[in-house]
Amino acid sequence: MLSSLNVRAALLSVVILIVTLGVWEIANQPPEVKEAKTEYEMLMGGSAPHARVPNPSEIGTLALAELSDPFYDKGPNDKGIGLQLLYSIKRVMSGYFLAALIAIPIGFMIGMSPLMHKALDPFIQVLKPISPLAWMPLALFILKDSEVSSVFVIFICSIWPMLINTAFGVGSVKKDWINIARTHELSKLRTAVMVILPAAAPTILTGMRISIGIAWLVIVAAEMLVGGTGIGYYVWNEWNNLDLTAVIFSILMIGIVGMVLDLLLAKATKMVQYVE
Amino acid sequence: MENYFLDAQDLSKTFPAPKGGESLTVFENASFGINKGEFICIIGHSGCGKSTILNVLAGLDEASSGTVLMDGREVAGPSLDRGVVFQNYSLLPWISTLRNITFAVRARWPSWSKEQVLEHSMKYIDMVGLGGAENRKPSQLSGGMRQRVSIARAFAIEPKLLLMDEPFGALDALTRGIIQEELMKIWEQTNQTVFMITHDVDEAILLADRILLMTNGPYARIAESVVVDIPRHRERTDIIHHPNYYPIRNHLVEFLVKRSKELSNPELRAGQEQRESMKRVYPPDVNPATDMVEGDEQVIKLEKHKA
Repeated sequence: MLSSLNVRAALLSVVILIVTLGVWEIANQPPEVKEAKTEYEMLMGGSAPHARVPNPSEIGTLALAELSDPFYDKGPNDKGIGLQLLYSIKRVMSGYFLAALIAIPIGFMIGMSPLMHKALDPFIQVLKPISPLAWMPLALFILKDSEVSSVFVIFICSIWPMLINTAFGVGSVKKDWINIARTHELSKLRTAVMVILPAAAPTILTGMRISIGIAWLVIVAAEMLVGGTGIGYYVWNEWNNLDLTAVIFSILMIGIVGMVLDLLLAKATKMVQYVE
Repeated sequence: MENYFLDAQDLSKTFPAPKGGESLTVFENASFGINKGEFICIIGHSGCGKSTILNVLAGLDEASSGTVLMDGREVAGPSLDRGVVFQNYSLLPWISTLRNITFAVRARWPSWSKEQVLEHSMKYIDMVGLGGAENRKPSQLSGGMRQRVSIARAFAIEPKLLLMDEPFGALDALTRGIIQEELMKIWEQTNQTVFMITHDVDEAILLADRILLMTNGPYARIAESVVVDIPRHRERTDIIHHPNYYPIRNHLVEFLVKRSKELSNPELRAGQEQRESMKRVYPPDVNPATDMVEGDEQVIKLEKHKA
């Protein structure tokens, strides 16, 4: 029954995809050319009187071409989509793991100590709602490097969900489990490693999953600002080239990479999940 | 004065007053002793502070006043000398049954080798009849099996005192009966000193050497220590035919239904000076089988204790 549900759902997905793309393709045909093109029109790349959103077939053709050679590098303004994505992923990962390195220990501390919780809470509450891009000018001024600045922006946006979830997870470890540690005279460190960490792990991983999602959202915007390399820059660059086909293709790639990152974290969360 | 193995002296628990309210004294003047190898049950209505007393003995909670001595040393904080079995099993759900026990054994004897820890743990898993289920996670076990793991863990660290907080409260009657018998068997083999909370009168008679009776809270007291004068080894099917069974049972039920409330009458509450004179007054031993006197006289006995 379940497998038949999955099969039916997959079928429906495919139908929706085909119908949407089909409608898009048919409704978006270029106007018929009545007269022969002038020399000038041919030079300008066609006769369309208006700029037009590209058709799925055009995007598909470009996607095939791009994906068949994703890692070419022909100078600063012409790099393969794979290369651009790797630049972005590298930045996201650097900022993200740096954030994890700081957020998880501090979250632990906040979760374990009501004093730290109360003392740090106002700072967190004020810093958390700041759009990560608002930090960009300050980061550029202080760090004096666009690459490092974009990593910093990723760092600052992914730290909060991890910090808050870690603190919450650690703070709400069942008292019974702490009591087991106490009656067995476990040291503070052993209690943290053997009881609190595994108990809070699913909540911490959930925070990390939220963070990676936000980081991937923010990197596109950050790279549009700082330029140079990366998928965000690529999108903006293709917009400046008025190549909407490439824009749509890269939008699609951003979605796919984001989905993969989320799936990876979901898998990791599942690994530390436990049933009470 | 007797020298008990475990000596609880004048324990009381008072919760500070909430804003605009009065402070709440759950129990006071709770003194009792446990001899080595004894199985003690404590019975009382909800809210009389049984669990608090157990947590104080475990070192997990602090009494507002009074001290607990074990082996002549004051109980301050939890210790591996006192094993605890909680009502909700308290197993770590992310590790297997076996590892739930090995971590405790390793905590108890850090110098043991891996094989030694494993062998010792398996011995206790087999003892509670869970051999073969050692690699399952607690969530894959039934409630009865989980409580067996919890009991195995507590016995495996060979504590000087085993504390059990309504260990069978969440189990169905059939499972409860089976595990009670297993517990008795293990207890007879190990000669473990046990302090157990229960709500079940029959369970208390089956398992205990003495049963402490608590009056209702607030200001609960330990009123009596009922001696269960039924020889070991006891079988649940046999003891009900023992001539002492029903006198004891009736006494307990009467206490729970009637006297636990009467005795908590605020007028019967000792005044400050009187309480001073009650320091380290242990509840009188009552043997309902031999002292089968009128109910009135028993109450008088308690008055004497109070004075």
